[in-house]
Amino acid sequence: MTTPQDEQRKPVRVFLVDDHALFRAGVRAELAAHGKDVEVVGEAGSVGEAVAGIAHHHPDVVLLDVHMPDGGGAEVLRRVRPANPSVVFLALSVSDAAEDVIAVIRGGARGYVTKTISSQELATSVRRVAEGDAVFSPRLAGFVLDAFSERPGAAPIADPELDLLTPREREVLRLLARGYAYKEIASELFISVKTVETHVSSVLRKTQLSNRYELSRWATDRRLV
Amino acid sequence: MAVGTRACDHFGVSSQLAEEETVTPEVHADRRLRRSGSHKIVAGVAGGLADHLGVPVVWVRGAFAVLTVIGFVGPLSYVLLWVFAAQAPPDERTDEVSAKERQQGIAMLAIAGGLFLVLSMLNGAFAGWIIVPVVVGIGGAALVWREADEAQRRKWRDDARTGVSGFVIGDGRQARIRVAAGVLLVCVGVTLFLFGRISPALVPSVLIAVLATLVGAAVITVPWWLRLVRDLDDERRARIRDQEREEIAAHLHDSVLQTLALIQKQAESPREVVKLARSQERQLRTWLYGPTGYGRGRAAAEGGGEPETVVSGGTLHEAIAVACGEVEDTFDVKVSQVVVGDCPMDVKLTALVQAAREAIVNSAKHSGVGEVSVYAEIEPDTVTVFVRDRGKGFDPEQVPTHRHGLADSIRGRMDRHGGKVRLRTSPGEGTEVQLEMPRKKEAKA
Repeated sequence: MTTPQDEQRKPVRVFLVDDHALFRAGVRAELAAHGKDVEVVGEAGSVGEAVAGIAHHHPDVVLLDVHMPDGGGAEVLRRVRPANPSVVFLALSVSDAAEDVIAVIRGGARGYVTKTISSQELATSVRRVAEGDAVFSPRLAGFVLDAFSERPGAAPIADPELDLLTPREREVLRLLARGYAYKEIASELFISVKTVETHVSSVLRKTQLSNRYELSRWATDRRLV
Repeated sequence: MAVGTRACDHFGVSSQLAEEETVTPEVHADRRLRRSGSHKIVAGVAGGLADHLGVPVVWVRGAFAVLTVIGFVGPLSYVLLWVFAAQAPPDERTDEVSAKERQQGIAMLAIAGGLFLVLSMLNGAFAGWIIVPVVVGIGGAALVWREADEAQRRKWRDDARTGVSGFVIGDGRQARIRVAAGVLLVCVGVTLFLFGRISPALVPSVLIAVLATLVGAAVITVPWWLRLVRDLDDERRARIRDQEREEIAAHLHDSVLQTLALIQKQAESPREVVKLARSQERQLRTWLYGPTGYGRGRAAAEGGGEPETVVSGGTLHEAIAVACGEVEDTFDVKVSQVVVGDCPMDVKLTALVQAAREAIVNSAKHSGVGEVSVYAEIEPDTVTVFVRDRGKGFDPEQVPTHRHGLADSIRGRMDRHGGKVRLRTSPGEGTEVQLEMPRKKEAKA
């Protein structure tokens, strides 16, 4: 794991995966404006190209589209992650469907942002996942809150460690969903930004590993397609 | 039935003198002989024929009656027309037959039948005994056939969801009883006929022979039946697929293509382009991923376990999405919304959404930034909505007294319905309005 100081000198190496060439060009141009933080080392337009390209370039972060022919982002994750555990994935998609978002998160992505994100925010998000943190868009935070909510008639909790959010995590997620930045959350809850990051990472872990019915249903729904 | 209707095409020539009625031009264009739904006593054949030829129904019934007396031709032709003419679609006219007309028709039928009986007995064409089984059998067949018509109409009504089984026999207890009664009558008729014709000693062996023949025929035609059922199913599936494809194409055309054309026209004005693109994106998103959206149809059908998310007559999620969309379009800002949970709308929640909308409008108008975040969380007891912008904020003490937006539209509305409003703002810090509305514990369902 590299320290932030090292990262200051070396830009984060990013690989783009999206089946729309136009969109890849757009992201490339946007990230070029943040050249000292982020460097695009390659791109791919299909699952096969992505698998080969990632193996070849060994990027720090893969910006991954959710919807692609031949299985989409989830398929890329399944094929790349076992061989390249150090590569970090950030999902970038226009989709607002819970099953899409949850499927890539459970596939191993460290975060999810929508394509309408500003280039500044995108660069920040890339850096954040590269440093090992999670990135939750307000919408993803909403989905996760939804999935972990206590509803009458919800499935019984099998593993409280994974299937329940702590009150603090819930508060953090709520603020994320309300559009607060990490720094704002920290000052709102009188905790440090580092603690906020810890909470978000913990939520990410639970989202990936929990067997809560809603989460596994969303994930399988998409995989079957 | 397609063959049947085509076979009737030659009836469609001399029909221009059809009565002037409130019939749509489409129907005029397609003047095939169709069994009438409105002048219907047995199967609507006479009514349909009358409509088709442009003569009063009574004449046609009279003609059938006369033909009945002459060697039973009337019922035979009636049955043939019943088989070969399709039913009129239900949308044409569905008013019931008047009691008088019905009595008149039945009287004609009875007189004709009686006359035929008397005549045939007089000239000895038929032995008297044969009449009972024939009448019983015909009555039974008519009952079953009527039920098939009924099933078809029901299918039209119920939007063709039932598939093959519903196509053959309609659902419902009464329908099944009627069909069973009809079948029974036919059997009784056949049996009576057999008993009248042959010596009682032969009856068992004849019955066995008949049964064996029936079973044999059934076994031989099994593949054909199976294929028929499968073809019907395939055809139905193909039709559904086609419909779906058409729906997608139509949607893309109506929305996306139109918007793209508009964008090209407005290319000079970035504001307009952004507005168009944003509103189109929202529509498409709702269509694809919304709670009632296209992409959700399957998931919703499988989910089933959460009655709360069943969308009927509008939910809070939808209402908030609509409110956000309206403000986006009107004030040219981006309103990003996150909604956790969902519940059906009621009076209180309507007030809540209106208050939230007012708060979004305030942010859009006064914050000076292009984005407003809306977060709504539906919990069992309360619904909370946060409307937040990162704009310039304001000092609540300094708000001029003539500005009523916050006081009346938001605070007043929430107070009236038992809700709470909290405001967090200061100059330079952005604004956040927190709205909280208790949910009433209703158990309407």
